[in-house]
Amino acid sequence: MINRNPQLDENGILQHLLTTEGLPASILLHILDTAESFVGVTERDVKKIPLLRGKSIFNLFFEPSTRTRTTFEIAAKRLSADVINLNIAVSAQSKGETLLDTVDNLSAMNADMFVVRHSQSGAAHLIANHVRSDVHVINAGDGSHAHPTQALLDMFTIRHYKKDFRNLSVAIIGDILHSRVARSQIHALTTLGVPEVRVIAPKTLLPKMVERLGVHVYHDMSKGLKNIDVLMMLRLQNERMQGANLPSAEEYFKYYGLTSEKLSLARRNAIVMHPGPMNRGVEIDSAVADGKQSVILPQVTFGIAVRMAVMSILAGNQA
Amino acid sequence: MQLPDAEILFKDLAKKIKNDCDKNVALIGIHTGGVWLAERLHQELEIAQPLGTLDVSFYRDDFEKIGLHSEVKRSTIPFEVEGAHIILVDDVLNTGRTIRAAINELFDYGRPSRISLATLVDRGGRELPITAQYTGIELTLPADKILVLKREKSGKLSLDLYDKNLPE
Repeated sequence: MINRNPQLDENGILQHLLTTEGLPASILLHILDTAESFVGVTERDVKKIPLLRGKSIFNLFFEPSTRTRTTFEIAAKRLSADVINLNIAVSAQSKGETLLDTVDNLSAMNADMFVVRHSQSGAAHLIANHVRSDVHVINAGDGSHAHPTQALLDMFTIRHYKKDFRNLSVAIIGDILHSRVARSQIHALTTLGVPEVRVIAPKTLLPKMVERLGVHVYHDMSKGLKNIDVLMMLRLQNERMQGANLPSAEEYFKYYGLTSEKLSLARRNAIVMHPGPMNRGVEIDSAVADGKQSVILPQVTFGIAVRMAVMSILAGNQA
Repeated sequence: MQLPDAEILFKDLAKKIKNDCDKNVALIGIHTGGVWLAERLHQELEIAQPLGTLDVSFYRDDFEKIGLHSEVKRSTIPFEVEGAHIILVDDVLNTGRTIRAAINELFDYGRPSRISLATLVDRGGRELPITAQYTGIELTLPADKILVLKREKSGKLSLDLYDKNLPE
């Protein structure tokens, strides 16, 4: 087949997790169902199972991250894998080694899996195409392209609180333009059959032709939040802003910051999500972030089970 | 080949356990057939402790070969494992590998005082030093056949035999 999805082998079996785009609902649901069982493991006194004993998992973080790297590390350790964290920003690359040379060297140390975060879109894809067929790659965020495990843990959280995807209205709010999380969320939501996905943002923070992803575009919170069941907030990515996307953070908060008043426009039992790290008082008010509709901390907890599921499914899918 | 009636085997099995154990024993069914059996035993024997279930997929020794394909159910053990007398319940005992995995998983919950094993059918073929304390029947079956327990909508249990290489 031409243009085969690079994440799947010729039998449609998942070998790498690079993006939620183009993955069938059956694979997404298999990950969510498996994660459900791992939640059971993470609630025990002994939170470790022997599934990936003897496997070596390399966390390759070319971009700083605390939460994502830590949750991948905890997930791998709970599966009994050996985890090696490489903070590449301060090691080989700064000495001039290329990305693929770094990967080759680590492969020679018998790596079984790479978890990759990189500021360049497509970095994880490049590595997946390069490694031996028995090595698996997980994209932990590449540029503004994709962050599939975040999207999957968001789907897990939504299903946990709302049970079914097929009657939901979901709004993704904030800096869609720079957000790999938003792209991965949109693909996952539409694949899982969410009938109404909205993006709410100023024009300057929306990618061109975002409607083509199957979302409805709103620029006004008071209209966009009507009848919404799930609010997925995004972080305002100051570090990725070039030029004048916004007048100021205060101005942004006034129009798009989630306050209790704005939240009251959504459905009464709506849940509020945020991938972190939060800018309190910029995209979300503390009263909402810490309020009873917030599921932001459960997202973090579920993230471990979801990453355990992804790692163990990939490790079990030997080509 | 004529297979025995699972309902009759169930009654025999329940009687054997009843004659031997008090009601303080705890039952754990192994997914999927073992859970059906354990649910029935739990009712029949009026066990006081809530019923536990185990899905041993995360502890299997053939993960490297077969991976995680089928749906993994969540294990739930709603009682204190530490110090408990537990009867593991499975539908068919063959190689013993499932029971090895179940015992390993159980010890991640605590240290039971004793673990016994109840199975509806012991078909031999053991590859590990494991034996059942309570057995409905011992059957010798060709190695290329798979014996499975089925449950009808009414809850009635029955046994079925498949060729290993054919899809169910």
